[in-house]
Amino acid sequence: MNRRSGAPAAASAPGGAATDTVRRYRSWAAAVILLLILPHVPGLDSSFGRSMLSQMGIAAVFALSYNLLLGQTGLLSFGHAVYFGLGAYAAIHLMRAINGGLPLPMPLVPLAGAAGGLAVGLVFGAVTTRRAGVVFALISLGVGELVFAAMRMLQGFSGGEEGITADRSHGPRLFGLDFTSQLQVYYLIAFWALVAAALMHFFMRTPVGRMCNAVRDNPERAEFIGYSAQRVRFTAFAVAAMFAGLAGGLHAINYEIVAAEAVGAARSGTVLLMVYIGGVSNFIGAILGAITITWLQVSLSDYTAAWQLYLGLFFMAIVLFAPGGLAGLIMMHAPLLRTAAFPGLLRAYAVALAPAVVMLAGAIMLLEINYRLSTQPEAGARITLLHVSLDAASPWPWLVAALLLGAGFLAFRRTWPGVTAAWQRATDEAGTGGTP
Amino acid sequence: MTLPLPSASALQLTDVHKSFGATKIIRGVSLAIAKGERHAIIGPNGAGKSTLFNLISGRFAPTRGSIRLDGEEVGGSAPYRISRRGLARSFQVTNIFPRMSVYENIRCSALWALGHRYNFWRSIDRLHDARERADEVLARIRMTARRDTLAGVLTYAEQRALEIGITIAGDAQVILLDEPTAGMSRSETEATVELIRTVSQGKTLVIVEHDMGVVFGLADRISVLVYGEIIATDAPDRVRENAAVQAAYLGTLPDA
Repeated sequence: MNRRSGAPAAASAPGGAATDTVRRYRSWAAAVILLLILPHVPGLDSSFGRSMLSQMGIAAVFALSYNLLLGQTGLLSFGHAVYFGLGAYAAIHLMRAINGGLPLPMPLVPLAGAAGGLAVGLVFGAVTTRRAGVVFALISLGVGELVFAAMRMLQGFSGGEEGITADRSHGPRLFGLDFTSQLQVYYLIAFWALVAAALMHFFMRTPVGRMCNAVRDNPERAEFIGYSAQRVRFTAFAVAAMFAGLAGGLHAINYEIVAAEAVGAARSGTVLLMVYIGGVSNFIGAILGAITITWLQVSLSDYTAAWQLYLGLFFMAIVLFAPGGLAGLIMMHAPLLRTAAFPGLLRAYAVALAPAVVMLAGAIMLLEINYRLSTQPEAGARITLLHVSLDAASPWPWLVAALLLGAGFLAFRRTWPGVTAAWQRATDEAGTGGTP
Repeated sequence: MTLPLPSASALQLTDVHKSFGATKIIRGVSLAIAKGERHAIIGPNGAGKSTLFNLISGRFAPTRGSIRLDGEEVGGSAPYRISRRGLARSFQVTNIFPRMSVYENIRCSALWALGHRYNFWRSIDRLHDARERADEVLARIRMTARRDTLAGVLTYAEQRALEIGITIAGDAQVILLDEPTAGMSRSETEATVELIRTVSQGKTLVIVEHDMGVVFGLADRISVLVYGEIIATDAPDRVRENAAVQAAYLGTLPDA
């Protein structure tokens, strides 16, 4: 009976693969068009907007390379910036050579980054991928610290914390591009980001790419079907290092300076944040995470000096309440869009949102007052929050903030059953499971 | 007891020992299994049956002794090297790839055997032999309808079937099954035995099993492992009549 009901599924499989391919080409074509028009969209068509888009492109390649490690192969690395940074150094040195007269066009510089990342990845990967899990994570941390210390010492190569510079507009020109405008730089980054994303997407669909998943899921069983788990990890590691190096090469072109921080632990931590927030082992998720974190880094820092604190809280909230990340949240809701219960779910969200905003406002007030008083006491107790002037020396702002936080929390708790009930109705109707 | 000629042996163990620290688990096992034979290993809990499988398949290295697969020494080799020589095994505790689909579990298990190895320049969807093999194995284990389900959410019986599917996907010539019917209902057991019978056609099968109905219905020969030693290797009828075996099993063997 099983066999019978299964027959149509098997028969339709090749056709399914064909429509899959069409869909895939269509999404890539859409990505090309999107990348072409983005820097001309109002709001992003300034030098600032284009610079932010460039940073997002670099971050997306870096995050996708990290996703190959963590999401696809299950390797938690605390030192992925090593390959980004050393790729960036390889690229900036090539740029300097081009400045010195080497007849190579600048658009090829990111390839030097990729080569640098790959070379270093092959060396460190051979040692570090012998083990997975906690041991791998700890070794990656050690390698990260080692390379960071080395970059601070090898002033001649790295320029230490001041870094070394190069000029992207000085060299042989390809298609008349001189990279004096951020728009040209953006398009160069977009081009390489797209190529890198397509290659990484393809890699996941090769036999080795699939075996990365198998080794992530069950390294022991992988060995009993003929694969050395270590060799699979090593391959994934080298490929991830190569693309991290490519991202580093783009970084070198974008900033025209590379300093020791490029290999530092903070950058390794940020890419981990990006992939987690976007959704581990989700291709689109890694890109979403890179875009979100870059946007927060660029824009949140305009509003508050404590932006890293908010970033940390955001990260904690995602890990605790939405372990699938942003992509996971989207995927949870996609099957519900067409249910009759979906408007009800949206209403429930809206009802819950109001007290959540109140709660958040209280929390932000407390945070900002504390941050100001503890880090800049000399600036005085007068604080302006969203055009409202507060005197932190008086008890009132504290009281109001605590009241907002407490009342918001209590009200939020009362609205939550409505959300779960609406969720239940929608998932029952769509025939899927899960909890919000 | 007549041993087949070494050249005809798919698997030959000679004086194999395994100790963990001071504890001796396998104490001098010698066994020759002929090509095409269906061989069962039985014995009380803790006799070392699973350890023996782990030694043959490369999970552990023997403390001493020789294990030959098709005439070549494999004792102490890595599991993937032994797998590449044409030996596949299943596990007593289900050992699948939980976050991959049923189909992908099977397809991955066929990749090496089909020669795709560490290929990273061709899309897996263009490898028609891998797709055909996966579809064929899915049909054999009657899981075609569950093709796109994540392996981790399958029912226990389905996971057991997938366990066998992963084991046979590479079309290995020597198949080791570790308690394939453990925890199954009567009807599930019967279906599994039927499956084992068809997939082991023309292959060498070694099976560890507690269900004596399964063992006596399936095996050409049976070895009885007690406390790390083989006390008898013989045809099912003669094993049943063996006094030492009866003593070890206290008369729990089924009648003819």
